[in-house]
Amino acid sequence: MNVVVITVLTLAILGTIAALVLYFVAQKFKVFEDPRIDQVEEVLPAANCGGCGFPGCRAFAEAMVKSDDISELNCPVGGADTMNAAAGILGKEIAASDPMIAVVKCNGTCDNRPKTNFYDGATSCAVAASLYAGDTGCSYGCLGCGDCVEACTFDAIEMDEKTGLPVIKDNCVACGACVDACPKNIIELRKRGPKDRRVFVSCVNKDKGGVAKKACSAACIGCKKCMKECPFDAITVENNIAYIDFNKCKLCRKCVAVCPTNAIHEVNFPPKKVKPAAEKPSAPKAETAKAEAKTSENITSSDDKNKEE
Amino acid sequence: MLKTFSLGGIHPPENKFSAGKQIEVMPVPAQVAIPIAQHIGAPATPVVQKGDTVKVGTLIAKSSGFVSTNIHSSVSGTVFKIDDIVDASGYKKAAIIINVEGDEWEESIDRSADLVKEITASPEEIIKKVGEAGIVGLGGATFPSHVKLSVPPGKTCDVLILNAVECEPYLTADHQIMLEKGEEIMVGTQILMKSLKVDKAIIGIENNKPDAIKHLTELASSYPGITVEPLKVQYPQGGEKQLIDACIKRQIPSGKLPIEVGAVVQNVGTTVAVYEAVQKNKPLFERVVTVTGKSVSKPSNFLARIGTPINNLIEAAGGLPEDTGKIIGGGPMMGKALTSTEIPVTKGSSGILIMKNEEAKRKKMQNCIKCSKCISACAMGLEPYLLMTLSDKQVWDRAEEEKIMDCIECGSCSYTCPSQRPLLDYIRLGKGKVGQIMRSRTK
Amino acid sequence: MSTLTISPSPHVHSGDSVKKNMYGVVIAMIPALLFSVYNFGIGTLSVVITSVLACVFFEYVIQKYLLKGEVTITDGSAIITGILLGFNLPSVIPLWIIVIGALVSIGIGKMSFGGLGNNPFNPALVGRVFLLISFPVQMTSWVKPGVLPMSFADITSGATPLGLMKEAIKTGQTPAQILETLPSYSDMLWGFTSGSAGEMAGAAILLGLVFMLVRKIITWHIPVAVLGSVYIFSALLHLADAAIYAPPTFHLLSGGVLLGAVFMATDYSSSPMSNKGGIIFGIGIGVITVAIRVFGAYPEGISFAILIMNAFVPLIDKYVKPKRFGEKPAVAK
Repeated sequence: MNVVVITVLTLAILGTIAALVLYFVAQKFKVFEDPRIDQVEEVLPAANCGGCGFPGCRAFAEAMVKSDDISELNCPVGGADTMNAAAGILGKEIAASDPMIAVVKCNGTCDNRPKTNFYDGATSCAVAASLYAGDTGCSYGCLGCGDCVEACTFDAIEMDEKTGLPVIKDNCVACGACVDACPKNIIELRKRGPKDRRVFVSCVNKDKGGVAKKACSAACIGCKKCMKECPFDAITVENNIAYIDFNKCKLCRKCVAVCPTNAIHEVNFPPKKVKPAAEKPSAPKAETAKAEAKTSENITSSDDKNKEE
Repeated sequence: MLKTFSLGGIHPPENKFSAGKQIEVMPVPAQVAIPIAQHIGAPATPVVQKGDTVKVGTLIAKSSGFVSTNIHSSVSGTVFKIDDIVDASGYKKAAIIINVEGDEWEESIDRSADLVKEITASPEEIIKKVGEAGIVGLGGATFPSHVKLSVPPGKTCDVLILNAVECEPYLTADHQIMLEKGEEIMVGTQILMKSLKVDKAIIGIENNKPDAIKHLTELASSYPGITVEPLKVQYPQGGEKQLIDACIKRQIPSGKLPIEVGAVVQNVGTTVAVYEAVQKNKPLFERVVTVTGKSVSKPSNFLARIGTPINNLIEAAGGLPEDTGKIIGGGPMMGKALTSTEIPVTKGSSGILIMKNEEAKRKKMQNCIKCSKCISACAMGLEPYLLMTLSDKQVWDRAEEEKIMDCIECGSCSYTCPSQRPLLDYIRLGKGKVGQIMRSRTK
Repeated sequence: MSTLTISPSPHVHSGDSVKKNMYGVVIAMIPALLFSVYNFGIGTLSVVITSVLACVFFEYVIQKYLLKGEVTITDGSAIITGILLGFNLPSVIPLWIIVIGALVSIGIGKMSFGGLGNNPFNPALVGRVFLLISFPVQMTSWVKPGVLPMSFADITSGATPLGLMKEAIKTGQTPAQILETLPSYSDMLWGFTSGSAGEMAGAAILLGLVFMLVRKIITWHIPVAVLGSVYIFSALLHLADAAIYAPPTFHLLSGGVLLGAVFMATDYSSSPMSNKGGIIFGIGIGVITVAIRVFGAYPEGISFAILIMNAFVPLIDKYVKPKRFGEKPAVAK
């Protein structure tokens, strides 16, 4: 009996002392934190992807609370809803931002871009890029080791086994992790576009037309036809490569029709009203390549109204 | 007990098929492509234009900074164009392409075979001449030699070490140079000693080249201050840090240069080039290249002009074997796999190694079994398994703490790994990233 | 000419492989196995074979159906675990207990951490300790070595020298007195005493050690550190009071010290990476082993010592680094 009493008492006293020590230490070293940081963090996606440029959602929340002007800050994952909610807590204004998506600007499939070498190093684009320009004649295109897939924390990229190229799925939140991971800089964040429709040049080859074409049948050869065709001045050609400014592009798709190598891709548009195939000279092969590209870009809606913008 | 370096090391099979093969002079090709970036540092600036006529030894690209060097034409003829070609780096880089007409040399070059022993140039003149002649480390590192010879203020050099180790398997270029150009090496060494103002030079040779050790020891007896040091065979003894450790038992601290311990290391081939530049006025436009491999019918050592397509050399060595799976510029441990046979010989091409299909492919990678053999093999006392993980997971700050920048990329870790893990692939990647981070910090 | 392969240097490989190392260890264990079959009869053989088969079987099932990944049972690591587990069991243990031990070894000790190379603890010891705690009676029923090999009839049960020593010291006898009743040191070295299947044949284990050192499968650091520290620590105790502490040679030759030091502490993935770390690790094992034997409740402590030190390996690896090049201050010019 005595033993029990002593044990209980000892434990009780020890516990009390420990509690007191803990209490005073906690008081002594207390760090004041703005409670709003917690509130803002609450509405953030908690993905900690770093897409905002901060190391994690907590840091982003702190930045939002601390800075007076938060128009520069944006959570690409949460989008407008999240930003509105967070701004609501803080009573601050946010800048409207368009939803974005990552786009792979290379169509160097195994068919389009014949292999000239066999890569046998570590399965990492970064390692491959530090070694050489690529296992094809194109020194700019996709290396196909999947660093972007590794980098994606949203499971939004996968490698297409058939083409050897990464495919970005619709659940992409445009955090930009893949853009940073790609040593060849072939992934770009572009505007998602209305109904997910977009037009872009799927090539980054800066070689002169002939050299580029020889390495890859789907390469942009810098012929400037699209630039001349574009009614909105959205296309520029620099270093033998065309670029479509997504802020100016009105998705008229005229450039797509004139591109001799089908390097300009359109995605998620309804099928075109059948135009005579004669208009495209390199019909059969190019057509299949394009069809492949389309499937790889994940066509979703096709029964939309056939209206063209 | 022969000397060697103190940490790690491996013993890859030597396979020196071309040992003892006389250096053959390659015929001048019909066209050469001379890259303007053949050395470590800034690429040279071309000083010729399309259509210009050049002679052998004409300056065609000028050094563009302190760590950079001149490039001279290796042929006489007309500049065809300056264009991007794929070089040994696997990337397209600018090169001066010259169509060959005849073989006319610049008048200033002394083409006689006479040995000029007397050194008239002052130390400053030597360094200037070495710089003008475009000499770089011919062992493969291609670091401009005049930079190495310019001892920074506040530092002193007390010993010159000649790297005659040639620890890379297969390669025999340096070995053959020692046998055929022993006298030139001795005079070259004296020139280097004079420019560095040292009275001691050690020639480090691995024990697997007894003929070269014997030959040079005999010659050295009549040149004061030069000694030959036979070393135990062990890779990577040819690494600058390892060689200094082996010869004079001084270890260079992390991140420092050999001058920190009072030593300067030059390759034997470079020494011959220095001799030719200072005594014969001949800039660096040709070099000895070993062409070898298990399947090569005539393994040889060639004296080839810079810019010769490697295809010509392979043809001269008996042609490209049917079952070729890989062509390596350099040795099997540190050489670079080449993408085609069109790549030109550059100042850094110590060898062309042809591998059969079955040798070319790596085996499948397995889990790290933590056997710690990579640690035992590492000549720098690093932990390759850890550095690979840190690189793969992109933990750059930790990688820096673990001294990733000390790695000399000798490949001993990947060579040893029982699980066939590409340790060096990732470490090299990590070195690049950590180096970037460190440079941006000092800016 | 086929397509040229492009890969980073080095372009050659030593030809060493996981298999070569693993089967090297298996070969190194064969003398010990043969010796214990000779000493304890074919009961040992059935224990070891059951254990190996069960380990390989569980590895296969887990890799194939649970992880749905690649099956790597041919690399030999499961065989090693199986033999070691068998070595750690008495030769008369019911076979179903071995199967449970194998499941714990492979399932919990190895695969749950990610398989080969990722296990923080030696899988065989995980299984062994699990069995020791779960089935204490069966795990400590040893037989005396049969005079005739291959016979079951002569089997008589007997305690291990360590157990006898511990009990006797408790009753007030001095180690010197007890030693007279125990098998001689040479009997202990050759394995003619009671104990677990594979841990008795000291000479055969040392033969395996020499083989592994020659083949460069392991380095000398861990075994030497373990054996050395067991010897030194027990010698210190013996010098302090010979009346209650057994002599060092007894500690070295009895129980599983040799087996543990040579085959179990040197397990690749559960031992430190650097040589310096290996020595610290070995000393830790030696000291803890003797401490458990002398002061603890169990007569034998090597299994626990190894498992305890396994837990320290990440810490050792973090703070004990191999000697870096250039750390030694440069010689003054």
